[in-house]
Amino acid sequence: MSRQTTKTVFLEKAGYRKRRLRDAAKLVPFLGIVLLAIPLAWSGAAPHESIGSSGLLYVFGVWLLLIVLAAMLSIWVRSDPDIDGQDRDAK
Amino acid sequence: MMSFNALIVVALGYVVFLFGIAFFAERRAARGHSNWLSSPWIYTLSLSIYCTAWTFYGAVGYAARSGLEFVTIYLGPTLVMVGWWWVVRRLVRIGRAQRITSIADLVSSRFGKSTQLGMIVTVISVIAGTPYIALQLQSVTLSFAVFAQIEGVSWDQPDFNVTAMWVAIGLAVFTVIFGTRNLDANERHHGVVIAIAVEAIVKLFALVAVGVFVVWGIAGGPGEMLTRIDNSDIELWNNDSGRWISLIFLSGAAFLCLPRMFQVLVVENADERHLHVASWAFPLYLFMMSLFVMPIAVIGLDLMPQGSNPDLFVVTVPLSQGQGGLAVLSFLGGFSSATSMVIVATIALATMVSNHIVVPVWLSFQANQHAVMSGDVRNVILLSRRLSVAGIMVLGFLYYRISGGGTALAAIGLISFTGAVQILPAMIAGMFWRGATGVGAAAGLLTGLAIWMWTLFLPSFGVDAVISQFVLENGPLGLSWLRPQALFGVAGLDPLVHGIMWSMLLNATMLIICSLVTFPAPLERLQGAQFVNVFEHSSAAPAWTGAATGAEDLLIMSQRILGSTEAQALFEQEAVRQGKVGYLPEVTPDFIERLERELAGSVGAATAHAMIGQLIGGSSVSVEDLIAVADEAAQILEYSNRLEAKSKEQEQTARALRAANDKLTALSIQKDAFLSQISHELRTPMTSIRSFSDILRDGEMGEEGHERYAGIIHDEAVRLTRLLDDLLDLSVLENGQVVLHEQTGQLSDLLDRAMRAAGLHDGVLKVSRERVDEDITLTADLDRLAQVFINLISNARKYCDAAEPHLRISVVKDKHGYAVDFVDNGSGIAPENQDLIFEKFSRVADGSKAGGAGLGLAICREIMHRLGGEVVYLQGQDGAAFRVRLPKVKKTAALEQT
Repeated sequence: MSRQTTKTVFLEKAGYRKRRLRDAAKLVPFLGIVLLAIPLAWSGAAPHESIGSSGLLYVFGVWLLLIVLAAMLSIWVRSDPDIDGQDRDAK
Repeated sequence: MMSFNALIVVALGYVVFLFGIAFFAERRAARGHSNWLSSPWIYTLSLSIYCTAWTFYGAVGYAARSGLEFVTIYLGPTLVMVGWWWVVRRLVRIGRAQRITSIADLVSSRFGKSTQLGMIVTVISVIAGTPYIALQLQSVTLSFAVFAQIEGVSWDQPDFNVTAMWVAIGLAVFTVIFGTRNLDANERHHGVVIAIAVEAIVKLFALVAVGVFVVWGIAGGPGEMLTRIDNSDIELWNNDSGRWISLIFLSGAAFLCLPRMFQVLVVENADERHLHVASWAFPLYLFMMSLFVMPIAVIGLDLMPQGSNPDLFVVTVPLSQGQGGLAVLSFLGGFSSATSMVIVATIALATMVSNHIVVPVWLSFQANQHAVMSGDVRNVILLSRRLSVAGIMVLGFLYYRISGGGTALAAIGLISFTGAVQILPAMIAGMFWRGATGVGAAAGLLTGLAIWMWTLFLPSFGVDAVISQFVLENGPLGLSWLRPQALFGVAGLDPLVHGIMWSMLLNATMLIICSLVTFPAPLERLQGAQFVNVFEHSSAAPAWTGAATGAEDLLIMSQRILGSTEAQALFEQEAVRQGKVGYLPEVTPDFIERLERELAGSVGAATAHAMIGQLIGGSSVSVEDLIAVADEAAQILEYSNRLEAKSKEQEQTARALRAANDKLTALSIQKDAFLSQISHELRTPMTSIRSFSDILRDGEMGEEGHERYAGIIHDEAVRLTRLLDDLLDLSVLENGQVVLHEQTGQLSDLLDRAMRAAGLHDGVLKVSRERVDEDITLTADLDRLAQVFINLISNARKYCDAAEPHLRISVVKDKHGYAVDFVDNGSGIAPENQDLIFEKFSRVADGSKAGGAGLGLAICREIMHRLGGEVVYLQGQDGAAFRVRLPKVKKTAALEQT
């Protein structure tokens, strides 16, 4: 079904910021995937050396980083009252 | 030390407490005080049923056996929730828009409300979910046994079985009471949700308490703890990177596909905005749950005797340190994890079994007798749901009994995940790809199910249990490429990674290929568009056309499903919306659509569709209707575009009219001014002519005076004549009666002639010219053109107000051709007058000085118009500036010249 609304191509500054925040929120999982793929290199690099507790700290550190990022972004994005109105051109 | 009986009392007390909380929440919700029940925090906590007893007890065991790999089970859901903008948000929106009751309903609804697809998904979910329920029963009984052992009682198999049975019965009762109380799955199960939330807090608190005790109480602080981890026998990082990635993927996918997770994530979601909080709070919960897993595992391995079960470290480590209270708390945590998972999983599975298997089968038996009209559907559905709860619990218990509750069960967790994840391709394709068809989805699901059964599920019962050692090593019937753990000859992989890879790969491939080659039914296409574009249009295209049934029949049927109060309220509301009085609204396609969606919230989309179809004679949507709907929308769009264009055009016209009106008003004022001017102009010479001719008639003067007076009379008459000539000239030009005499000549000659005629001999006005540029041959009515030049030059002579008047005449060439500019160094013409100077009778400067009637420029303009050129006022120069655009040189004429 065709859309009837004509989209606004440019937004005012505040709307633009929100849009970019949402982009950032969408990128967080990819950041997570990249950071969590790093342990894959450990086994190849040092097959006989145990990575030990530093590996544990790394994984939990990345985990915490993702949580903090998600929390900050969700709080910033949430202050957008028209969050669903702009969905039309979010894609 | 706490006795076993005391433990039973504590457990029962906890259960009573949960019942109480659930009752309290239901009562509050029934009175309408459900605000705090639907807060984002309760929602987040309810998601925690992801952490089952398998993770509560099993994570420590997993860590003790495989090191860091246990976190993958939590990292997958973390990534999914952190990336909620991609899938979860869409899933929740679709769930709310389509009133989805379960994951089977989602798939069925997306692919044309297909009953068969609903059945397939339900079967997969039940097969994959049953072992998991058995696993929960096992962990609860095992933890009971730990406490029994302390009293010196060693449990035999029958003791385990009896305990498991009582746990199963208790859970079934709770689920039936709170989980199948109301029919509408979209009305949230407040009691259940709040009980789960409380249990979530209990299990987190218990695990953190044990963890704090282990780190600070036994190890002596985080630093010492890390050293002990480094020194322990556990290999933190094993070298299998395939498992790391596969398990992160598997857990993330299972988080979306497990029926119980779908239930809390989508169906019980009260408000989409709760996702904002859950997106980080739920990962934080998982983080807290796994933070102390490694320390507990390490300390457990250090402290406990060789050969003790690491799965139970959470309970046995505190017990071995004499912390009975902590052990009981930990036991309650595990108990909470098990019960909350079983309750929600059972509700979700029972809804699916009832909506997608029992009711459709029951309906098909009664189809001829108009089942929807007779018999109380509502009770049938509720009953079938309760029986399903009991049935699933029985299945879980049986599985527990048959598998023997041994280590074989422990391995089933991830295999069960893999089974549930077979729904993922159909679900994701359904949400993002309009081209996915029901046939494709079914093919993918069945392929995935078959491969999962063959590579993972059947071998999980142990060697020679279902699949013999021979088949495992050589393939069935000697077909070696069908070996369960080395399909197509891909050997050497971890069996789980092997199973995940092949099942997902072939599942997705079948889905894509079959979708590409089949053609979807109209209803499928309609639903596909609504799912994929769920954020674009909230209102649906009607799926029903022309209804041949009465509103009364529909009301009777709805009452049987929704209950009479709700159904009547719905119908009345619709009637009011349509502006009618009473309970029976007009049966519009729109209304049927909404009614169907309401019913779908109770019995699932496929059943609701079938029931309405029975009543209104199956006049569902056809391809033609779809096209018609699309056409209609296109027409509306075109119409509105046309309206917009028209209104824009009208606006332009109005603007032009306003401008014209302004100009006319100005002209009218000018004309009035001119009339008084012209009468004055005509009157002045006439007056002097009359008075001097009076004097002459009286004849009382000498020869000299006579001659002087006659001269004056003559001059005045000439002036009058010139004025009248101008008026006449203009009128001729304007009426187009002028005859042009074409001649050919040089522009420089023409300008010389004009300067001579303009009366510059007094030498006041200096003129500068660029004679080189003026070497242009013209073919036009040169006399008329000269008239224009003369007028412009004499205007400069008359009106230029500079101390040393100077006129610059220059020739310019641009893409339109040649033009001659006349620019003086006076003060120019004010912008507001620039529009008017070319109008007749307009005079900007004081008229008496010039002695003209303001016709000169009007005549110039008319002449240039006739000649095919133009004269315009040139803005932005030092003084008054006019540009005469010369008539285009005709090609033929130009050729003759060269």
